[in-house]
Amino acid sequence: MNPAVFDQIRTMASDLFGVPADRITATSSPETLENWDSVQHLNLVLALEEKFGMQLSPEEIEQMKSIGDTAKLIESKLQATPR
Amino acid sequence: MPQEHNPANLRTEVDRLLAEGAIEAASRRLAELWRREPGSATAAFVGSRADQLRDKLPLTKFKLAILRSFTVEPIVPPLRAEAFAYGIDLEVHIGDFNTYVQDFVDAKSSLYRFAPNAVVLAVRTEDVAPELTHQFADLAPEAARQAAHRVASGYEQWINSFRQHSQAALIIHSLERPARPSLGVVDGQSETGQSGLIRHINSELRRIAGSHRGVYVLDYEGLVARYGSEHWHDERKWLMARLPISAENLLPMAREWMRFLVPLSGRTAKALVVDLDNTLWGGIIGEDGMTGIKIGPEHPGAAFQALQRALLDLSRRGILLAICSKNNLDDAMEALDKHPGMLLRSTHFAAVRINWGDKSQNIREIAQELNIGTDSLAFLDDNPFEREQVRAALPEVTVIDVPQNPAEYAAIVRDCPVFERLTLSAEDQQRTAMYAEQRQRADAEHSFQSKEDFFRFLEQEAELSPVSDLTLARIAQLTQKTNQFNLTTRRYSEAQIAEMANQPGWNIFSIRVRDRFGDHGVVGVAIAHDQGGQCEVDTFLLSCRVIGRTVETALLAHIAKCAAERGCRRIVGWFLPTRKNAPARDFYPQHQFELVEQNANGSLWAFDLTRQEVAFPKWVKLITVN
Repeated sequence: MNPAVFDQIRTMASDLFGVPADRITATSSPETLENWDSVQHLNLVLALEEKFGMQLSPEEIEQMKSIGDTAKLIESKLQATPR
Repeated sequence: MPQEHNPANLRTEVDRLLAEGAIEAASRRLAELWRREPGSATAAFVGSRADQLRDKLPLTKFKLAILRSFTVEPIVPPLRAEAFAYGIDLEVHIGDFNTYVQDFVDAKSSLYRFAPNAVVLAVRTEDVAPELTHQFADLAPEAARQAAHRVASGYEQWINSFRQHSQAALIIHSLERPARPSLGVVDGQSETGQSGLIRHINSELRRIAGSHRGVYVLDYEGLVARYGSEHWHDERKWLMARLPISAENLLPMAREWMRFLVPLSGRTAKALVVDLDNTLWGGIIGEDGMTGIKIGPEHPGAAFQALQRALLDLSRRGILLAICSKNNLDDAMEALDKHPGMLLRSTHFAAVRINWGDKSQNIREIAQELNIGTDSLAFLDDNPFEREQVRAALPEVTVIDVPQNPAEYAAIVRDCPVFERLTLSAEDQQRTAMYAEQRQRADAEHSFQSKEDFFRFLEQEAELSPVSDLTLARIAQLTQKTNQFNLTTRRYSEAQIAEMANQPGWNIFSIRVRDRFGDHGVVGVAIAHDQGGQCEVDTFLLSCRVIGRTVETALLAHIAKCAAERGCRRIVGWFLPTRKNAPARDFYPQHQFELVEQNANGSLWAFDLTRQEVAFPKWVKLITVN
C-alpha cells in the first residue's frame, strides 16, 4: 500500500468520522467506526473525489468496505489514470 | 517569518491550543488550515473545532435557511467553514425536498420558526418547470408560453407570501437551460424554444426580484458556465443521491452563496490596501526603473493592467483603495502618475504610505486616516512574508492570498466576497472623490486658530428628511456598516426599515451633509419610536467622516424638536457599548441627558422635553425636507 495515499485517506476519515487519526487503521470499517454511516459514506466518497480529482462509480463505492480497501481502490485508480 | 505548518500538524496544533484554552490562537490556526486545505473533509474538522470556539469569539451570528429540490447537505460543512474564516457563525436550516411552496405559504412552517436572516431558494429547472423540461416536445408553442408564464408568476406569489411572514433576505437561484434541448438545434432558432422560454423566466425573475426589497437573484447559469456545465454536473450522483453537483464543485457552490452572505452579515471590507512592486506592476521600480517595470496592454504587463481594472471596478463600488509599499516615495510616485501603462493614478488612492517601515504599522495608520476600523480593511501583496506579517499583527484584516502567477490576481480579487455589495448607492460610487475632499478639509482645519472659526468657514448644511424610497437602501446600509459613531448598533435590512416606516409611532430620519468642499451624501440615521408620551431613540448613528463638526448635535436637536412637536414629554435613548463604538459613549451626557438606568447591556439616558431643548448648532444651516 502507498503510505502517502493511505495517510491522506486516514486524515480524511479522521476529519469526517471525528476519530483521532492514530485510532484509524486499514481494517477500520463501518462496523468498527461508530460515525461511519451512510451519510458519512457519501461524504467520504465526495471528499475522495474532490481530493484525488476522480469520480467513483456505484460499484467502486460498494467496494469501500474498510479504510484499507478504500486506499487500495484509490491507489489503483491513480495508477490507471496517471495524472 | 512565522513558521509554516503542514496541514496535518495544524490539526494537532489546533487541538493542543484548544486544550490550553488559547482561543484566539486556535481560531487563527483553524482559519489557516482552511485556507491551505479547503475541502469536504477539512470542513468537517473545522466545523467540529469551530463549534468549541463559536461562543468565545466575536463572530457575527447569521441564520441561513436553504429551500431546495436537490441534496445540499454536503455543501453545508464547507459553507460553514468558509463563513467561519470570514468571521461569521453560520447556523443552517435545510428544508425538505421540494416543500418550498408550503414553507413559503404556511406562517407556521419550519422556515419561519427558524427565523432566518437569509433564505436561499435552490431549485432545479426540472423540478420547478417540469412541463418545460420533460414534456416540452408534447407542448404546443402557446401552451409552452403559458407554462413559462405560470412558472414566473409562481415565483412572484412565493415572494409575496414570504414577505408577509418574513423580512429576511431571499436569494433565488436562476434556472439552468437544458444542456441538450428536446428539439436539438431547432431550439436555438427561436425565443420560444426550451432555452428561450427558460431565459424568459430568468429575466422575469430578475424583474420581480428587483421590485422587492431584499430579494436577489443568484446567477446560477453564469456560475455553472464559469466552471463548465459538463464539469459542474455529476449525473451519477444525481441518480444515486439527488446531488447534481460534482464533488469538486461543492466548494465553489458554497463560495457563491458566501458572496451574498458576507455583505448580508456586514462582514465586508471598506478599503483595499495594495502593494506596488510585483502587485500593481511587474518588477521593482527602485531597481528596474520606469522603462523596466511591466505594465501595459501586452504580456507580461497585461496581467497587471487586468488587476488594475479589477481595482477600478472596486472603487466604482465604493471600496476605497490605498497604497502600502516599501519604496522610495519619488520613484513610486513617478511610476504611478507618469507611466503610460498605468490605469490607476495617485488620485485613485484615498491614502498612501510609501516608506520603508513595517507594513502592519502603515496599515494601522491608513485605517486611522480613512477613519475606519482595521477589520474593514483588506490587504493585497504578492509577497507571502508581508502577508504573514500583517496576518500575525492584525488578524482582523482580510489578507488576500495570491499565487505566484500574476495572471490570476485579477480574478482572485474579483472573487473575494468581502468586496461584494448587494446594492450600490450614489454615495458608494462617489466615495473616492469624497475622500479627496476630506483631505482638503483636514488641511483647512489645521490652518484655523479655533474650531469655531473652522466650523464657520466650512459653511455646513444639514438636510434632514424622513425616510423615502430614495433613501431607504442607504439608511439600511448605514445601519449595517456603521460601527464607531453608533449608539445602539442595531442592524436593519432594507425590508425591515420599510416595514418599520409603515408602523405608527416610528419616525425614521436621514441626514445629508454638504459643506464648501463638497457633498458628503446621506451620512446619518436616527430612528425614534413614540410610546406613551415618550420618544425612544432606537438608532442614532453617523458616518465617522462628519463627526466632531457638530452635525451630530444637529441631528439630535432635530429629532428632539420633532418629538416635542408630536407631544412627547421626554426623549430617551440607550447607549449599548460594543468593541468599536467608544466615540459615541459620551454623546448623551454631553447633550445634558441624565442617566436613568444602567445594566450589563448599557446605559439609558433621558432628556426632559417640557423644560429644555437641544440647541441646534449655530454654524450649521438646517434644511428640512418633507
